[in-house]
Amino acid sequence: MEADRLIIAHGRVVDPSQGIDRVTNLLVERGRIAALDVPLMDDVPRLDATDRIVAPGLIDMHVELSEPGREEDETIRSGTAAALAGGFTTVACLPNSDPPIDTRASVEFVQHQAARAGNCRVVVMACVSRGREGKQLAEIGSLVAAGAVGFTDADAPIASTELMRRALEYCLMFDRPVMNHPEVPELSRGGIMHEGLVSTVLGLAAMPAEAEDVMTSRDLRLAEATGGRVHLMNISTAGSVDQIRRAKSRGIRVTAEVCPQNLALTDECLRSFDSSYKLNPPLRSREHVDACIAGLVDGTIDVIASGHAPRAGEKKMQELDQAPFGMVSLETALALAIHCLVRPEHLTWLELIDKMSTQPARVLGLDQQGTLRIGVPADITIIDPHHEWVVQPAQFRSQSRNTPLAGMTLTGRAQHVLIDGQVKWQSS
Amino acid sequence: MLVRVAVGKGTELAMNTPAADFSRAPADWTRGDLLDLEGLSAAEIERVLDTAQALYDATGGCRDKLSLLSGVTCANLFFENSTRTRTSFSLAARRLGADTVEFTSSGSSLSKGETFIDTAKNIEAMNVDAVVVRHATPGTPHLLAQNLGCAVINAGDGAHEHPTQGLLDILTIRQHRGRIAGLTVALVGDIAHSRTARSNIWGLKKLGAHVIVCGPSTLVSRRWEQLGVEVTHNLDDILPRCDVLNLLRIQFERQATRPFPSVHEYALLYGMNRQRVARAKDDILITAPGPINRGVEITADVADGPHSVILDQVTNGIAVRMAVLWLLMGVRRRGT
Repeated sequence: MEADRLIIAHGRVVDPSQGIDRVTNLLVERGRIAALDVPLMDDVPRLDATDRIVAPGLIDMHVELSEPGREEDETIRSGTAAALAGGFTTVACLPNSDPPIDTRASVEFVQHQAARAGNCRVVVMACVSRGREGKQLAEIGSLVAAGAVGFTDADAPIASTELMRRALEYCLMFDRPVMNHPEVPELSRGGIMHEGLVSTVLGLAAMPAEAEDVMTSRDLRLAEATGGRVHLMNISTAGSVDQIRRAKSRGIRVTAEVCPQNLALTDECLRSFDSSYKLNPPLRSREHVDACIAGLVDGTIDVIASGHAPRAGEKKMQELDQAPFGMVSLETALALAIHCLVRPEHLTWLELIDKMSTQPARVLGLDQQGTLRIGVPADITIIDPHHEWVVQPAQFRSQSRNTPLAGMTLTGRAQHVLIDGQVKWQSS
Repeated sequence: MLVRVAVGKGTELAMNTPAADFSRAPADWTRGDLLDLEGLSAAEIERVLDTAQALYDATGGCRDKLSLLSGVTCANLFFENSTRTRTSFSLAARRLGADTVEFTSSGSSLSKGETFIDTAKNIEAMNVDAVVVRHATPGTPHLLAQNLGCAVINAGDGAHEHPTQGLLDILTIRQHRGRIAGLTVALVGDIAHSRTARSNIWGLKKLGAHVIVCGPSTLVSRRWEQLGVEVTHNLDDILPRCDVLNLLRIQFERQATRPFPSVHEYALLYGMNRQRVARAKDDILITAPGPINRGVEITADVADGPHSVILDQVTNGIAVRMAVLWLLMGVRRRGT
């Protein structure tokens, strides 16, 4: 048997980059995609993918790896192990570590730790501003030279309009996106949940939808004026979707992303006062969720990302206003996306894989990923779309367990994850 | 269940109220905690009110001591300033023969480097039977109830609920008007930040009152209409229709920014004064959860005038809290 060749046999190959969706055999040779529609060969090892989806490796562009500085939440090793288990071959790491990723050395630290861990690929999104303070531009040119694929202050919104405008202008030179968490801080400060009937009844400090809408509006206007490329992270409001839809029709260079938890859950969940539902952007009401799903369906929203935000148990076991935002989601994002998008037939498999692989690769400028084109590295996620499983946080590879999905039955799971043609993860 | 001490029998009770029998807890009360009024049925609310009234009568208006809860220890766990409610809970426990311990802490447990749950578990480990908790964050009593085996009573969680305040307001109205159903009750003031408002809304609506919330548009959400509450920003419009006015304090301490231009303007638009009383029904009942700000939501002459039942509320607070403690401890005793 030839060790450097592998046939992924009888799988439903779904490759949005080439518009392929058919049952066939895929040949991997020396770690790269070699051919499609090959016959089975006796001397080539075979991975049976009957009734499985064979997709370009999933890419998650919204992940906190928390190292350095918050190793009690996650390390690069544990986070990338969780990514593999969730079906991701590449993650883009947010720069909100401590210290933040705002220098060439800190980018290289993440790259080295990821190489040592040897799990999935890690690309780095670096800070827009020095120290993530929102005042002065970080050394974006040096960071690009170190390999940074995009610029963001992560969960800290770029509040200064002047800084945002300058960042969009400056990043034009490097063709990198500026990624903003759209939120006007003074409209949502101290807020715990979406402002609506539920927050009114619960008496919880709230984050109105217009805190997001107003920032989305500003960023779109600045992108239009500068010609820069803006990526709106984890949008959650009907207002954002509507404005982005119109901006795209006018040719403004904008991409947008949602996280499955913001589609699968609503603000009603906060009635439990369970801090695992405390997310930012907050879980919104049904009409916002429906608008986001419509935005995915018509292509207004390009990307589905996990929004992985690991938090050590003791941090979440606090009063609701003290508990930090966020949930771990690398290991549940795919199944939750299937649950709320594919099973109700909002998206086809081709569309789902597009938003979880091909589109994030495009936004991040990764031309060797997000595709099963002949010649690219064989990063492949093989999904069992029918596998039923129960979310058991104790079994997570992630170091943190903060999820509101514990005990939920989900359907669909990554069964094999290959990077450079090597099986890096296999579900038991 | 962590009721470690037998609860007293109290056979010497209820001499002058033959209807009241405190020898055993009522079988129709099944809750081991009191977290909010939203989750209570009308029958449960009436059960507490009836029990409170019986205890009020049995103690000569909350003056005399009974020994219904001898051996029981109640901890007051107050993470937010309070004089009235804490004292009222302490008195209620002691009137029933229970022991009380006080635990006060400014702000969050975090300021001492301990998580809130750890603080509470430490107190529970001292073998207390009931924890009365006040906290600036909504849902904190619910978090406690999930983590502790003893009874948890919400004495106010942020702007969420203050169930015993709601119950004592309703008991006071019932004492004066004989019923709740069919009455029109207006809650006036800072609805947005008021836990008293929320407990009143749920309790009054469940018992069949028509509830109006009234105050500045920045503090009174139109969203309440979705729950069948009438919303208005004009006190003078509704005044002639009201049977009861509950005047809520402006919660300056919870407001991140000033929601109205000045206290003077607020008093002008919503202050209850002699002129407004003259335009109200002859028998209008004026309640206020206190502490009252004389000259803001109510003028001194109205606060001290014939329509005001503010001090009755304070006494009824003890009756309601005795009732809650007794009902919860009855369930806890059955549970062991």
